[in-house]
Amino acid sequence: MFGHGLLQGLIVTARNFIRSYFDPERLTTVQYPEERVKLPENSRSFPFLVYDGAPDNLRCVACKICEQECPPQCIYIEVERDPKTGKPVRRPRVFDIDYSVCMQCQICAEVCPFDAIKMDQVYELAGTNRFGGMLHNKSALLKSNEYYHQIHPTEADEVDAHLSQSRKKMPGATALSTGPKPPNV
Amino acid sequence: MYNFFDQLIVTLGTWLVGLVVATGNSVSKICCGQTMGDAAAHNVAAGTEIVLICVTIYGVFALCFGLATWLERKMLARIQNRYGPNRVGPFGLFQFVADGVKMLTKEDIVPARADKLVHFLAPAVALAPALLMFGFLPFGRNMAPTDLDTAVIAFFAVGAGSELALFMAGWGSRNKYSILGALRAVAQMISYEIPLVLAAVPVVMIVGSLSTTQIVAAQGADGFLDVSGWFVWTPWGFAGFVLFLIAATAESNRCPFDIPEGESEIVAGFHVEYSGFKFALFFMAEYLGMMAMAGLGVTLFLGGWHGPKLLPSWAWFMLKGFLIVCWLIWLRGTLPRLRVDQLMAFAWKAMLPFALFNIFATAVWFYLPKTTLLQSAVAWLITAALVVAAYWVVSRFVSRRAGAPRVYRYAS
Amino acid sequence: MIQPLTTTGSGYELMPKEGAIETQTLEVSMGPHHPSTHGVFRMDVVLDGEEVTRLKPVFGYLHRNHEQLAEQMNWLGSIPFTDRLDYFCSMSNNWAYCHAVEQLAGIKVAERAEYIRVIMAELTRLINHSCLAGFLLSDAGAWGTPLLYAFREREKILDLFEAASGARMMCNYMRFGGVRADVDDDWLAAARKVVGNYPAFLDELEALITGNEILLARTQHIGILPRELAINASITGPMLRASGVDYDIRKVDRYGIYDRFDFRVPLGEVGDVYDRYYVRMLEMRESVKILQQALCDIPEGPFDAGVKMRNFKVPAGDGYGRIEAPKGELGFYLVSEGGTRPYRYHVRAPSFINLTILENMCLGHKVADAMVILGSVDIVLGEVDR
Repeated sequence: MFGHGLLQGLIVTARNFIRSYFDPERLTTVQYPEERVKLPENSRSFPFLVYDGAPDNLRCVACKICEQECPPQCIYIEVERDPKTGKPVRRPRVFDIDYSVCMQCQICAEVCPFDAIKMDQVYELAGTNRFGGMLHNKSALLKSNEYYHQIHPTEADEVDAHLSQSRKKMPGATALSTGPKPPNV
Repeated sequence: MYNFFDQLIVTLGTWLVGLVVATGNSVSKICCGQTMGDAAAHNVAAGTEIVLICVTIYGVFALCFGLATWLERKMLARIQNRYGPNRVGPFGLFQFVADGVKMLTKEDIVPARADKLVHFLAPAVALAPALLMFGFLPFGRNMAPTDLDTAVIAFFAVGAGSELALFMAGWGSRNKYSILGALRAVAQMISYEIPLVLAAVPVVMIVGSLSTTQIVAAQGADGFLDVSGWFVWTPWGFAGFVLFLIAATAESNRCPFDIPEGESEIVAGFHVEYSGFKFALFFMAEYLGMMAMAGLGVTLFLGGWHGPKLLPSWAWFMLKGFLIVCWLIWLRGTLPRLRVDQLMAFAWKAMLPFALFNIFATAVWFYLPKTTLLQSAVAWLITAALVVAAYWVVSRFVSRRAGAPRVYRYAS
Repeated sequence: MIQPLTTTGSGYELMPKEGAIETQTLEVSMGPHHPSTHGVFRMDVVLDGEEVTRLKPVFGYLHRNHEQLAEQMNWLGSIPFTDRLDYFCSMSNNWAYCHAVEQLAGIKVAERAEYIRVIMAELTRLINHSCLAGFLLSDAGAWGTPLLYAFREREKILDLFEAASGARMMCNYMRFGGVRADVDDDWLAAARKVVGNYPAFLDELEALITGNEILLARTQHIGILPRELAINASITGPMLRASGVDYDIRKVDRYGIYDRFDFRVPLGEVGDVYDRYYVRMLEMRESVKILQQALCDIPEGPFDAGVKMRNFKVPAGDGYGRIEAPKGELGFYLVSEGGTRPYRYHVRAPSFINLTILENMCLGHKVADAMVILGSVDIVLGEVDR
């Protein structure tokens, strides 16, 4: 009879109304600033630069592959030059990432042959400065390998194993020389 | 003890009136050297009473409006598996205060080409009938603000005033969406007034009076429970109650009959150009209208303030009223909106015939003998059969238009 | 042939009728900001009373130069941009693009990756169709309740996406020859749980929506898309199948490994809004079937084909790769000169092509119906405007 479907719908909503008080499956909302969902290990937000030990010992050799591959072109790198000879040194003098342009696609981390750039998990980055505030320079981007282990433990272990293996393969050489030669600048 | 709580508000009011009269007497003694005359004292008492009633109704129902918005948001949220407002105060209970402050401090925008006077007046015109409607409802034992012999008619007559306000708002805004909304509102509200009044007719027929106090008195029963006399237990009363609920939903522009607002098609309908406090007034008018309709539904079918003597009479009235409001919220959380032509068709082709059938069934009930229990049972069954048959005929007609679930085939 | 419009002119012309009161039509510009245009879409509607007498869809408010961007970018760099086409179904967008490139470059996809792709694409279909039911009901005025139920379930699937790919919506997960990261056994177990619970949710959604008399009245025989017109206008996806045409690219092309799964293609009879809604509901049940099979059969093995992503070059030539995206046939036409970037990159966006038929479906219906019809087309403006 007419009205059956309406009543059926009303029963569904009533059941949801009641079960939202008892069933955590139904009330999936999280009270954000107080409660936080644990991010899965794979979760990614923005890229950062990994260093081993001290911030001076960063893995990046300023090869500019990420700069080339970055789809929205948010990375800007300048190679550091030896002040005496003027020859390029294998490290960046300037490494900027504009977080307002970055779209968190992970391609920089994927293409980096030195495992120097990885994806962070921070997400509370709101600021009041629209242009300058979102431009992160080298010192802001540098984070330790320990931090990397904290946020992506499995992946970091794999990276460490891979790096130490390549160090073993070429005794005497550092991890830096395992990748392809950086293009001349 | 029960009587004390039951009559608490009445006693308080009488005491206040007495206080004012006594104060008037002493003031007049100091000024004129003699007490007021009987006529003057009577006028002072009556005037005080009117002021007290107005202040009480405005205060109580403004608070109820706030609570209803909170309740609506909370209930809808839970229906949709959300938390709803829970930041301001305990359980977000003071959310409506925060909303009110927000509304008051918002910019009031008047469209450049609007009819300024009509645009300005419409919210006030919308609120006035919504508040006036409360004047005809008995809220508890000895708690009727007015005791008109034609209270039911007066209620509907006053309530019809809100159509004007909606049309004023839509017309005055000079916006295409609001014009559409205003025209829909007028068409809808005029159409649904007829089934609304016809749903109330059986009650008037049985009671033989249009006075709301007498209607409530007719539903009283002796004893502790005091529920057996409610008209909703009779077949015609139940059918009338359902009809009344549907028509009241349409009258107060609530989902699934909220086509004048029609958020998803004409954005916000008649009040699309209102912001800030004017919008808040429209909002308030909608909720007060809804609560007044709920109050009339309680008065006509749910025994008014009658109820088991666990709670004071006015508490029963409020409780039943809020239950109807909850039902309306539940509907809003579940049903999609009707289309404008279907809505009109439903009013004229389904509700009107069913209401007329129901009046016929009531007449049958009226003439059937009900002196013994057996006779009452037989009368109940006959009336019920009539109502169900009427529903069946009407629903077949409606179902044919509404369509049916289909059977689907799969590709081979 | 698409039938010509029945009314023309400015829209303000007088509509004299014999013996009737002289009335004027009302031209309303619905959108680009309107609650139910699903984004920044605009419809110039001419109304005679409540009735739609002319409707002109206006696109382009969200144009982002997607195709030109991709032509400036190397092959890999376009994948994250395809996420942003139809942001509800980023996984299937990834797949369509990778499928096109793989066809052009002749890459054999790893076995396990094929299964993962099917799982992801079908999960995407579940998200899309259940949210569509919610959006449709919201357009019909149901105050978002079914939509929020759909979002509740979507959340669980998005959690799966996040665990696998790292992002919830902009997954950027597929790669040429495989996927970016493997899924572990925990993930598969979680996916089995979500898929196992999904039919219960579908039952709930159907109890809420399908039998509802108001919805039946609102959707049946509204916005009928005849079979011939649907074919002529190159409508694809559930919209085409609702009009009774048996055309599912999963069956027609049997791309990927869809030939290994047992599923059926539901067809509509009338081609109205209700059919379009219900065909999607039935499709979801079939998707659940596919998912159960895929999650059961998924083999061990490498998850990519070992294609080097950096300096990835595609041999010269052109190719068209298409998949059955939740909204219809999503195709990528690519021309390569043999370099690191495409010479020409074109997207065949199902939302856009399905939307072109909107006016023919809306004419003669009420303005409220126009919204429901638009909802049943299932558009995402990111894909329409690109």
